[in-house]
Amino acid sequence: MTAATMAAPAALATRDLVRRFGGLAATDGVSLDVAPGELHALIGPNGAGKTTLINLLSGELRPDGGAVTLGAADVSRATVQERVALGMLRSYQVTSVFDSYTVLENACLAALRKRRRGLSAWTALRNCADVVDAAREALSACRLDAVAEAPVESLAYGQRRQLEIAMALAGQPSVLLLDEPMAGMSAAESAGVIALLQSLKGRYTIVLVEHDMNAVFALADRISVLVYGKIIATGTADAIRNHPDVRRAYLGDDADA
Amino acid sequence: MQESSYRRWVLPLLFLVLAAVPFVAQWLGEPFYVTLGARILIYALAALALNLVLGFAGLVSFGHAMFLGLGCYAVGILSFYGIGNGWVQLAVCIVVCALVALVVGTVCLRTSGIGFIMITLAFAQMFYFLAVSLREYGGDDGLNIYDASAFGLFDLGGSQPVYWAAWGLLLAASLGMLRLRRSPFGMILRATHANPRRVDALGYSVFGVRLTAYVASGVLTGIAGLLLANLTAFASPSYMSWPVSGELIVMVVIGGLGNVLGPIFGAVAYLLMEEAFKSVTQHWMLLMGPVVVVIAMLARGGYGRSLAWLWPARQAPVKKAQASKAEVKEASV
Repeated sequence: MTAATMAAPAALATRDLVRRFGGLAATDGVSLDVAPGELHALIGPNGAGKTTLINLLSGELRPDGGAVTLGAADVSRATVQERVALGMLRSYQVTSVFDSYTVLENACLAALRKRRRGLSAWTALRNCADVVDAAREALSACRLDAVAEAPVESLAYGQRRQLEIAMALAGQPSVLLLDEPMAGMSAAESAGVIALLQSLKGRYTIVLVEHDMNAVFALADRISVLVYGKIIATGTADAIRNHPDVRRAYLGDDADA
Repeated sequence: MQESSYRRWVLPLLFLVLAAVPFVAQWLGEPFYVTLGARILIYALAALALNLVLGFAGLVSFGHAMFLGLGCYAVGILSFYGIGNGWVQLAVCIVVCALVALVVGTVCLRTSGIGFIMITLAFAQMFYFLAVSLREYGGDDGLNIYDASAFGLFDLGGSQPVYWAAWGLLLAASLGMLRLRRSPFGMILRATHANPRRVDALGYSVFGVRLTAYVASGVLTGIAGLLLANLTAFASPSYMSWPVSGELIVMVVIGGLGNVLGPIFGAVAYLLMEEAFKSVTQHWMLLMGPVVVVIAMLARGGYGRSLAWLWPARQAPVKKAQASKAEVKEASV
């Protein structure tokens, strides 16, 4: 599996990516290859620059140097919209959904872009059957069908996190950037998301930033370890677990994950 | 379901009452009420238009009087050169307002919050002083309009035709706005208010959506200006002075932000109060100020919101609905 994915051309890649904030290089020469269908995890201690890297990939930040390629396209200077149009969607570490809308409406807004070219100002959104169908499909993949008609405000925290992922799915991405999808979840809720990601694995190219080491080791095809903006190691779960630099820099010597 | 009950009852009721005004005025022998009514409907139309950016998109445009004035001068200047054809005036009004909105919006929407407020105000003041400096068109004193806009089958001479034109346009705009609110465009527009970053991440252009709304709002406000010019037979720089922009904002706020019909209730309440207080004292602002403060504080989200029991945020708890009924009573006292 790993050998096969490594041989294929990258779905998403960076070359010597640099982003500075003042004197601090939050991303410092990162080169990353994510193969099509791979679930690639990014781990690293707090402040290692994981979210900065995700923002550089999604287009919310522009790099000071280096390149980002999505498939064959160089998107280093592309806007968020242009990258979304190429099929790269993200979820946020801090839940970022539309509170005043229902769960279904949130998913519909996410599904709309792919289904309709212009934005109608006349037909009601919930009468756009194709959009609603796509939205419902994403909700059921994230086991949110039961609360589809509920206002987002009424959701439990874990469900809001799931909606965050459902919205990314509803946009029918080819590449998914998931920024700590399990942040702040209980163990039971995390288990639900791990199962969800397991079911998505292989169908999408996924970049996963996550603190939960059990989740990362269980899910990832490959793992990259980021420390002070640099990737110090990339490899399979076993390779990372036993990598001496990683143990020193991140997991600590007593790590038993 | 509750939304449809709102559309089924409040909107027809409101427009039936408004349609009755000219007949009641005639019966009472008070033609002035038609003029007052027409003025209210025109400001309601402008407030409804402003609500598209202020209520839906959360953008505080402090310069909407600019479009009202541009609409007035479209009639005034064309009529000055003997072009009294209403369709031509309407076309010029729409094109000019759209172009100005496009340019002003493109600049203003680079900013947000206070920056947006100040730049919209600055542009409106630029147009105000431009109008003042136009000596040939009356400058400071304004421009008398001798011929009403003629639309072939009818013209807008006198209060009655203006009243019915404003009534019809307001009805059409309200129905359109109700549809827009639930449409993909309206949903995205309102979402840009709550969470622009997420709208961006979903692949929509926040700037593009906002600019579209701003242009539509400007054009609709300009059309209200065209009616205002016909009602007063006058185009004056004072129509685009900044207190007028402020009044429009107050109407939208006391009517209830983001509520489609709120601005209409806001305009009715504001202008009726103004009229009532003016008959008491020339310092009517002294009375108006506290009332606006009380409305803003008691009926959070505007007194139009007090109709929330007919059109609440989804699944409003029963208790809230009763509270808003009490607000209706308060507001109607």
